[in-house]
Amino acid sequence: MQLTGAEIVIRCLQEENVEHVFGYPGGSVLYIYDEFFKQDKLKHVLVRHEQAAVHAADAYSRSSNKIGVCMVTSGPGVTNAVTGIATAYMDSIPLVILTGQVPTHYIGEDAFQECDTVGITRPCVKHNFLVKDVRDLAVTIKKAFYLAKTGRPGPVLVDIPKDITMHKCEFEYPKTIEMRSYNPIVKGHPGQIKKAVQLLLDAKRPLIYAGGGVILSNSSTRLLRLAHLLGFPVTNTLMGLGGYPSTDRQFLGMLGMHGTYEANMAMQTADVILAVGARFDDRVIGNQVHFASVQRKIIHIDIDPSSISKRVKVEVPIVGDVGEVLEELCKQLTASKEQPEPKALAAWWKEIDAWRSKKSLKYKQGKEIIMPQYVIEKLYEITGGDAFVTSDVGQHQMWAAQYYKFDKPRRWINSGGLGTMGVGLPYAMGVKLANPKATVACVTGEGSIQMNIQELSTAKQFRLPIKIINLNNRYLGMVRQWQEMFHGNRYAESYVDALPDFVKLAEAYGHVGMKIERPADVEPALREAFTKHKNDLVFMDFMTDQKANVYPMVAAGKGLSEMILAEDL
Amino acid sequence: MRHIISILLENEAGALSRVCGLFSARGYNIESLTVAPTEDASLSRMTIVTAGSDAIIEQITKQLNKLIEVVKVVDLSEAPHIERELMLVKVRAVGKDREEMKRIADIFRGRIIDVTETSYVIELTGNGSKLDAFLEAIDRSLIMETVRTGVSGIGRGDRILKV
Ligand SMILES: Cc1ncc(C[n+]2csc(CCOP(=O)(O)OP(=O)(O)O)c2C)c(N)n1
Repeated sequence: MQLTGAEIVIRCLQEENVEHVFGYPGGSVLYIYDEFFKQDKLKHVLVRHEQAAVHAADAYSRSSNKIGVCMVTSGPGVTNAVTGIATAYMDSIPLVILTGQVPTHYIGEDAFQECDTVGITRPCVKHNFLVKDVRDLAVTIKKAFYLAKTGRPGPVLVDIPKDITMHKCEFEYPKTIEMRSYNPIVKGHPGQIKKAVQLLLDAKRPLIYAGGGVILSNSSTRLLRLAHLLGFPVTNTLMGLGGYPSTDRQFLGMLGMHGTYEANMAMQTADVILAVGARFDDRVIGNQVHFASVQRKIIHIDIDPSSISKRVKVEVPIVGDVGEVLEELCKQLTASKEQPEPKALAAWWKEIDAWRSKKSLKYKQGKEIIMPQYVIEKLYEITGGDAFVTSDVGQHQMWAAQYYKFDKPRRWINSGGLGTMGVGLPYAMGVKLANPKATVACVTGEGSIQMNIQELSTAKQFRLPIKIINLNNRYLGMVRQWQEMFHGNRYAESYVDALPDFVKLAEAYGHVGMKIERPADVEPALREAFTKHKNDLVFMDFMTDQKANVYPMVAAGKGLSEMILAEDL
Repeated sequence: MRHIISILLENEAGALSRVCGLFSARGYNIESLTVAPTEDASLSRMTIVTAGSDAIIEQITKQLNKLIEVVKVVDLSEAPHIERELMLVKVRAVGKDREEMKRIADIFRGRIIDVTETSYVIELTGNGSKLDAFLEAIDRSLIMETVRTGVSGIGRGDRILKV
């Protein structure tokens, strides 16, 4: 039977078992929206700004391992979506973005709402397509899903001109796709794995450094098995949190710019580092030259060869799926019957425990002013450590990462690579739709939350009982912290003036609002929000210490072991 | 160091801009770039001359391989290879310069492919330094226009870049 392009789009999404599409309509996608209207299998989630559609689809993917899908119209719909796409790209999140385009015969004529979508998005997608013939539509969408999910995942965009959605052709959805130019390596090279095993067994001061790749490849149980097999310490990147249980004894906490003392010291002084799906970025290793000044051997597992040897010298590169390689490592270690030298390992742990005893995350909660760290600790307690936590970008993000002890993967949802303020609320919407039974908290700041505050309306329409934890310090806190530390206390444009009354704002959108000003009220308020208002969206506006800083801190350009600690001040 | 990178890629709209975009986005330099379809019209072959440390060249080849439309990448300069470039030069050719210009073109095994009463167009192929040498050899003030294709390269002997 002949179908129109618009019908084909819907059929393809159904074939891919897509349940939710996040989007916003407009002229060039009207025929597709018409088809949405005629069916009820696919649910369309109408956001209030296209940026939020992409963020929500992104979090849907991060929190569930399904592919997030979004749809926007041509021109401004696309340009609004770009921040969302770039955010997903930086964190390697599989997404399919369908965009409307002006009719093919108008392309290049500066038509109304025309923009060069493929050109604008090229640097921030894994791949993109412009469909020029309705007969290519189904296979292109199939390719988009295939590319998004395989290899190093990422967003893939399909640009569909309006006339294509009206043209007709026979519909057949391909079962499989083969592309001669795209064959990601899955299995690690056996020779390299053997070398890695030997290096691990010979290590005296080993460290497992695990990133977002562990979560993307669903291999956290394998990582745990390997770590327990070896008895090695483990640290996570910001993106890797939850990929290794934070409450496990071998866990040293997050490393990097705001990592724990023990994690950063171990990273700097280890003699063998097993890097698993992580990329040694500048926020993680600090100054590259300082890091390179120490002799060590690095084993690096990554699906993307270009991530290996990009910023550090690697002894044993292993290209492959993190899960497959970890499995093989476990197998060979078990078979070898050898063990890392217990004496050396014990001495290493002793050193680590001494670093731990510094308790680099300690802070003081007085009676008068709420400390932001305290709110996160209470959030952890009250949700039993079992919530999905999204965050925005800033100090609150770092505190959430430091104090909420994630034990499971896909629970910590934040923008690591691009650091996009405004993701928190749309992320929480995506998480809640992907995990309807889950408890979802959004940790944010009064700066970030205002970047996509309009989504309170979407959350109302779709009845998403998100708990918003606004750590309100009346500053763009992270900016203020840098200005305090590196710009002589000159707080240029970092004070947030004329803030709205968030309680009234929440109420105006039909939600519950709470303002919490005293430490003693933190716990009762959270309890009330998570029990009495279980089924409501609650906006909790916590008035927190204005001058609190995030510690430890490795200042930009400094070495990993040159941390500023709270106690030094 | 100077490297010559050969790329086989799908002959599709936009593939070229992905390669160019990659170089500009990551700050790699392009000395020259040539591209045309191969005997298999579904594939294009591109030659890029670039320069960088070993680490940068390694990243360039990895990043190129990551582009979805790229089928194969080789660094030709890793082994014996041949490189050629075509140049067309329009020169003023009157009076005694006319004879002299023809003589130098002959020495460089160039061909005169267009003649008017006052000018020649000379066609020259060779590696880049030969073309440079030719421009050095003739009287600069007689050059009206030059155009060069950029380098094309191919491996020697058994080295073959094919799908
Ligand atoms: C879209 C965007 N613009 C600017 C920045 C730079 N930036 C990083 S953190 C920050 C301050 C965030 O303030 P707030 O949301 O109040 O959180 P706090 O740091 O106070 O916890 C800014 C402006 C950014 N990350 N994203």
